[in-house]
Amino acid sequence: MSPVIEVRNLRKTYGAGDTAVHALRGLDLTVEKGEYIAIMGASGSGKSTLLNILGCLDVPTSGKYLLDGIDTGEFDEEQLSLLRNRKIGFVFQSFNLVPRTTALANVELPLVYAGVRRAQRRERALAALELVGLKERTHHKPNELSGGQQQRVAIARALVTSPAIVLADEPTGNLDTESSREVLGILDRLNASGRTVVLITHEDEVAAHAMRTVRVVDGRVAGVLV
Amino acid sequence: MRLFEIGAFAVRGLTANKMRSGLTTLGILIGVASVILLIAVGNGASSAVQQSIAGLGTNILTISPQRAQPGSSAKPLTTADAAALVSPDSPDVKYASPVVSAQATAGYGSTSYAINQFIGSDPHYFETTNSAVAQGNLFSDNDVQQARKVVVIGATVATQLFPGTDPVGKSMLVNNIPFTVVGVLAAKGSSGLQDADDMAVAPLTTTQNALTGYGSLTQIVVQARSADALPNAQAQVTTILNGRHKITGTTADYRILSQDQLLTARTATTETFTVLLASVAAISLLVGGIGITNIMLVTVTERIREIGIRKAVGAPRSSILGQFLIEATLLSLFGGALGVAAGMIGSQFTIAGIKPVLVPSSVLLAFAVSALIGLFFGSYPASRAAKLRPIEALRHE
Repeated sequence: MSPVIEVRNLRKTYGAGDTAVHALRGLDLTVEKGEYIAIMGASGSGKSTLLNILGCLDVPTSGKYLLDGIDTGEFDEEQLSLLRNRKIGFVFQSFNLVPRTTALANVELPLVYAGVRRAQRRERALAALELVGLKERTHHKPNELSGGQQQRVAIARALVTSPAIVLADEPTGNLDTESSREVLGILDRLNASGRTVVLITHEDEVAAHAMRTVRVVDGRVAGVLV
Repeated sequence: MRLFEIGAFAVRGLTANKMRSGLTTLGILIGVASVILLIAVGNGASSAVQQSIAGLGTNILTISPQRAQPGSSAKPLTTADAAALVSPDSPDVKYASPVVSAQATAGYGSTSYAINQFIGSDPHYFETTNSAVAQGNLFSDNDVQQARKVVVIGATVATQLFPGTDPVGKSMLVNNIPFTVVGVLAAKGSSGLQDADDMAVAPLTTTQNALTGYGSLTQIVVQARSADALPNAQAQVTTILNGRHKITGTTADYRILSQDQLLTARTATTETFTVLLASVAAISLLVGGIGITNIMLVTVTERIREIGIRKAVGAPRSSILGQFLIEATLLSLFGGALGVAAGMIGSQFTIAGIKPVLVPSSVLLAFAVSALIGLFFGSYPASRAAKLRPIEALRHE
């Protein structure tokens, strides 16, 4: 069985010439199906750049990225958007919910772009919200929800399409301890039910939830702790 | 299904900021309404002019003096010229009325009124200009010969000077000379920008005595025997006048205008007027369009993060483009529809003495242009929004 994520000699350079910043300098990474991985590293180590590329939000300068066995380098923007929709669920540190829009509509959003019919969409979105324990908050708008609740809506949105991987960029970075615990609990349950989870963190307690921790230093993988 | 969903996003985007959407709509509304209304006003003015000129009859020639060309002396048009025009040499000329006109101040009791046109002529003038008498009588040839101080007044003068009383038989002062009002003309209404009833007609001799003196006539109004005889009459008049004024070649010291030419000239004037109004309106429509671009640019900039979120969950470029294009088009269509309504309601009222006449094609044009403006001016911000890379959009603060 091929790995969900296979990254070979990944490089990402911002700018050019003397002022060029090398965020990734030939990074290799393999994530098997069903794994739970924490990526750690100092700020500026390139871990966010890596996750953005894994989430197809950004494209690498060079190197190979196979997602579910598909080479993303050959894809144009239109196909990448399809990939983001079907294969990837992304959870951001700052939640990134569409403002002035209900929790339910936010969770339905990826399904709208996937072309799922209204009735089925509603059903799946409600199921996802129930999974994160927000069934009674479906018609609240983001500004009427606490940070932890907003992040749980974001997780519901990430998993509603049943993606191959769930990527989380410091999902607990803006949350208090109690909310962090809830969010991590949800991610644990997701992984327990067989979903692949990759998250970025710089807290050891968070990383402890993962099966293994990948340490990124200066744009390369420095060591894998099991 | 998909398009419907994108449309729903667009509607939600517009209703999220009602104030801004409302003001943009107002811009387009004003543009469209003013295009429709101003074209209707211009059209109304020109059709009023056409009606009033057509009412004069098509067998009329107007001769007016013209400034002499350098090197030749101009002779004034005289009463003798007018008399000479009706002769065996000009079988197609029925009447030739000498006309002088001036502005005059008339007074009755304590009221005074400045009459726009105080005309001196002969009784044929009334027939030639299709002027019917409403009260009293017209003056006669005898009145002209005797230079009696009698006057026939227009409807406007009658209401201004004699409100509530019958003017016939009353004595009014024209530039402090007493005239007896013998008749009141039937109202003709305004012809475009001029009130045709703001006038009074007195015998030529009297008017020359009292007001204008014995210089050149203002006009000679010639009536041909029929509309068909007009070209012949014009040729005969030209021959006679050239003989009397000793004119050779093309440098005549007078000018002959037929009603047709007058109509053409006046229509051209009102068309210019209409074009002027329409271009002012078109500019306001354009400004409305730029308003939409501006609002859409602001909307896009303000919602770059939202665009990033949508892209991150898999929105393809086409749906982002579609959403913002639909937003812009809805704004301008809605504004356009309201503008059409406002323009149509506005054209029911008389504006500055002109009854606007709606031009259906202008309504269609204004509406279509407003829809196109939405598409055209919305497409730049929309394509800018759609081209953004998701990570760039998400990082935007």
